[in-house]
Amino acid sequence: MAEATAIQTRSHAHTEPWGAKPKRMFAPSTIMVYGVLIVAALYYLLPLYVMVMTSLKGMPEIRLGNIFAPPVEVTFEPWVKAWSQACTGLYCEGIRTGFWNSVKITFPSVIASILIASVNGYALSNWKFRGSEVFFTILLFGAFIPYQVMLYPLVIITRELGIFGTLTGVVVIHTIFGMPILTLLFRNYFASLPPELFKAARVDGAGFWRIFFQIMLPMSLPIFVVAIILQVTGIWNDFLFGVIFAGTPNFPMTVQLNNIVNSVQGVKEYNVNMAATILTGAVPLLIYFLSGRYFVRGIAAGAVKG
Amino acid sequence: MAGDRKPLGLFRNLNAKIAALPMIATVLVVFIGCTLWTVVYSFTSSRSLPMLNFVGIDQYTRLFKSSRWMVSVENIAIYGCLSLVFSIVVGFILAVFMDQKIRFENTFRTIFLYPFALSFIVTGLVWQWILNPLGIEKVVRDLGFESFNLPLLTDRSLVIYAIVIAGLWQGTGLVMALMLAGLRNIDEEIWKAARVDGIPTWKTYVFVIIPMMRPVFVTTLVLIATGIVKLYDLVVAMTNGGPGISSEVPAKYVYDFMFAWANLGQGLAASTVMLTTVLIILIPWAMLEFGGRKGRAG
Repeated sequence: MAEATAIQTRSHAHTEPWGAKPKRMFAPSTIMVYGVLIVAALYYLLPLYVMVMTSLKGMPEIRLGNIFAPPVEVTFEPWVKAWSQACTGLYCEGIRTGFWNSVKITFPSVIASILIASVNGYALSNWKFRGSEVFFTILLFGAFIPYQVMLYPLVIITRELGIFGTLTGVVVIHTIFGMPILTLLFRNYFASLPPELFKAARVDGAGFWRIFFQIMLPMSLPIFVVAIILQVTGIWNDFLFGVIFAGTPNFPMTVQLNNIVNSVQGVKEYNVNMAATILTGAVPLLIYFLSGRYFVRGIAAGAVKG
Repeated sequence: MAGDRKPLGLFRNLNAKIAALPMIATVLVVFIGCTLWTVVYSFTSSRSLPMLNFVGIDQYTRLFKSSRWMVSVENIAIYGCLSLVFSIVVGFILAVFMDQKIRFENTFRTIFLYPFALSFIVTGLVWQWILNPLGIEKVVRDLGFESFNLPLLTDRSLVIYAIVIAGLWQGTGLVMALMLAGLRNIDEEIWKAARVDGIPTWKTYVFVIIPMMRPVFVTTLVLIATGIVKLYDLVVAMTNGGPGISSEVPAKYVYDFMFAWANLGQGLAASTVMLTTVLIILIPWAMLEFGGRKGRAG
């Protein structure tokens, strides 16, 4: 019965553009579809809701009350404490150190990786040379190798270069591991541009860099936006590279957050922990909510064609 | 694309080669060099420093005798199977429902996908809080079910399922988005034909649409599977391997042996096993995907 209605709804939608009658809104299948989607949406929203609510309560209320209940008395103290006083080990400077470290790591990493990958993708799509496809294929396969396999040799290499445990070190590592996905993204994008443009520029005598800067770049703003979103969220969310390559004073926000929340000393302050957690998730979330379709495009481009 | 003259092979297209240098270096040094280094040194008895004293497969025998490693493997198997099955099934069902020309599609999509923007650390910490004794357990007890227990984080045999729940929350939205893109690529004619033949919607999905979406399923499968092998941050944030060693995973085993306990050989052997696992997943897929139609890379 439900299926039959669904088919009818579909056929109406296709053969008669003026669409289904309003009462179809309440057909059993429609109710089921919305029911399932709403239940699923609630499940997805629940942790965010719990995070926010917990971070706005005082500790006594948390111990007595229920995690789903909104705060009786709203307090922003946990937020202040999480930002500027929460402790990791002996240092009680809050998560702001981690925040600024993450900023210092993310900015140069995003710029370096996108610069390198965009030129690289352009070379691979328009200026193929002997072996370029082979390198590209290995690069893509490299994206699937577990990082753990390459970690220790990279520690040795960065140590030999004198950049182990520094911001430069972690930026280099992010640039390296961002390369497969970004190169793929840019290569596919440049390959999708009309080849006549490139040929015309060649006929007019423009060279490699000139075509890149004057023809390709002005047309590739969307893909740069996608790449920036992909990289900012990816690098901001990284934990493994930060904990290994950045060095203790440069620990990114994720590492510091984990140290604050999972430290064994002291009384657990769940409200402060949740405030710190929201603060850490805020940057990628903000990017996600602001960018919408670009975000989806980024992960889809990365995923489907990988 | 050659220059005006016929220059030497190496200097032809020089700018492109310069532009590709970072990629070439990454491929040769990192992806090939570092991987080979790890494989070679996994056959040595290196402790805190890498040394080339080969001991055959000693590290591997020790690895598979270690209860910590066996627990890790078992955990990743449970986590892997459950998150593969559930994220694909749930992701597909959500995508089908999203594809019914519903209202507020963008709102639903935003809601399902936002956890994917969050890090595993954030995900782990949120679920740690929800599943701890002051969380859901207390809510249900306060409702009058005094004896209700939800020892997901404290029971050794259940803790991996807690991690599965958190992992699914974070990743299913992505699967939904991929599946939805796949569904939107299906030609409307297929639906018309199915309707003309009077095939029920669910049958059309099972016997027509799903087989047509095979590439999407395969790609999703490979993506999730290779992601599963890397599972690390989520466990560190949520349980740090505990209670005891009951939620250890291979990636954490590697990290602990390499960086915390200075037993390099063990860590390298474990990471080589991880690499082998990924290759076992990847090679059949690559052969299926790219073997048949040469010349169309990417």
